[in-house]
Amino acid sequence: MSNLIKIKDNILPLSVTSEAAMGKTGSWRTFKPVIDYSKCINCYLCWLYCPFSVISKSEDGVVIDYEYCKGCGICADVCPVKAIAFIPER
Amino acid sequence: MGILTLTGNYAVAWAVKRARVQVVAAYPITPQTTIVEKISQMVENGEMNAKLIRVESEHSALAATFGAAIGGARAFTATASHGLLYMHEVLWWTAGARVPVVMAVVTRAIGPPWNIWTDHSDIMDQRDTGWIISMAEDNQEAFDLTLQAFRITEDNDVNLPMIVGLDAFILSHTYAPVDVLEQEDVDKWLPPRKQLYVIDPENRYSMGNIAYPKDYMLMRYDIERAMERAKKIIEKVDREYGEYFGRSYGGLIECYKCSDAKYLVALMGAWAGDAKEAVDKLRENGYNVGVMRVRFIRPLAVEKILEYASGKKGVLVMDRSISFGSAGPLFIEVSSILSMNGKPPAMKGVLAGIGGVDVGYRDIMDIISKFVDEVEERGWFVKRQEWFFSHKR
Repeated sequence: MSNLIKIKDNILPLSVTSEAAMGKTGSWRTFKPVIDYSKCINCYLCWLYCPFSVISKSEDGVVIDYEYCKGCGICADVCPVKAIAFIPER
Repeated sequence: MGILTLTGNYAVAWAVKRARVQVVAAYPITPQTTIVEKISQMVENGEMNAKLIRVESEHSALAATFGAAIGGARAFTATASHGLLYMHEVLWWTAGARVPVVMAVVTRAIGPPWNIWTDHSDIMDQRDTGWIISMAEDNQEAFDLTLQAFRITEDNDVNLPMIVGLDAFILSHTYAPVDVLEQEDVDKWLPPRKQLYVIDPENRYSMGNIAYPKDYMLMRYDIERAMERAKKIIEKVDREYGEYFGRSYGGLIECYKCSDAKYLVALMGAWAGDAKEAVDKLRENGYNVGVMRVRFIRPLAVEKILEYASGKKGVLVMDRSISFGSAGPLFIEVSSILSMNGKPPAMKGVLAGIGGVDVGYRDIMDIISKFVDEVEERGWFVKRQEWFFSHKR
């Protein structure tokens, strides 16, 4: 109980934000998006559409953080040049 | 400003302005629309320094209001009927997060069949959400109660949201004189917003994550403790408002000619005015009756109802809505409280005015005198439902 946030004698439904508070959600994946950089045109649509913000921009192009990517497949779907393959996890 | 002739809805809008509300998000619905319409006009004219957010639904209206409130803004919304039902889920979020928000509900029947007139089905449907729920009797009270709502919800001991209820058309669209308090006086009485916590870039919390059963139950217990404390705060705020502005309403319950009465009629909202008139006339005819006007259905004034109604020969409860399969909601509440007493009074629940059926003081005279005569003739009884369909005249 000591980790509950209490203000002025009220127990509140709050938690302090931290990375991986809900665990590393990458383990939820059944399909994995894989970028083919030879096709990628750096349009950043995948970066824009990713609902979990696990795609970031880097000097080498967009990068997917597989520790947290849940494998929803939206990036593969929105990619205009079909540079993102969506392959089953083993 | 002094006395203005205002509808109930405009009275609420003026109180929102006087409270220096910072964010209003709403979706139009009859008969609420003119509250937010007036506020939007005040914002557009530069009379009111607030952000008005237009949204695509009532669910979003309260979500946006809640979001602004959790970010530290004094926030307000208004709705009615189907709109209130649509935002029902967010009512739970707001109360559960312990965030002060004030919402006006212009009580209106629920379809089908489609109906825009007053009854209390919409507001009664919110009893279990953790919101403080009140009903005004007239336009002046709609103004005063809205101002009081900010003091109540933002009190250190409360931190729960509150509904200010007013009957469709009878108050919402009917003009009456309203004392609109001066801004500088309201500023002295209503302190700047307080709340338990604020979420912003400097205060990074996550709200509403999963809680394990024991923690969840503790938080529920905390809401109930806050509701219990709110009883005292509601009484205190109403008393202090009276000392400051010269108007108070009896806190949780207004008892009109109760102390010497043998019989009481309990009810909520605008028709309490008709009930008072009925009681005055009935007293001329030898009926010893009084009115117990329940101003707050949540938190319920258990102690006061026991105090006022104990020792009475009969208590009549008039409901403007029905909990199908049981009885009128106010009857359920009042009868359960009076049954805590060793020797409860005779009780009857009358269902009237549903879907806006007009009930005037003469109808209420008939309803009360019939009850009194029945008890005098038959002795003690309890009748959970009696439907009063329409006035004879």
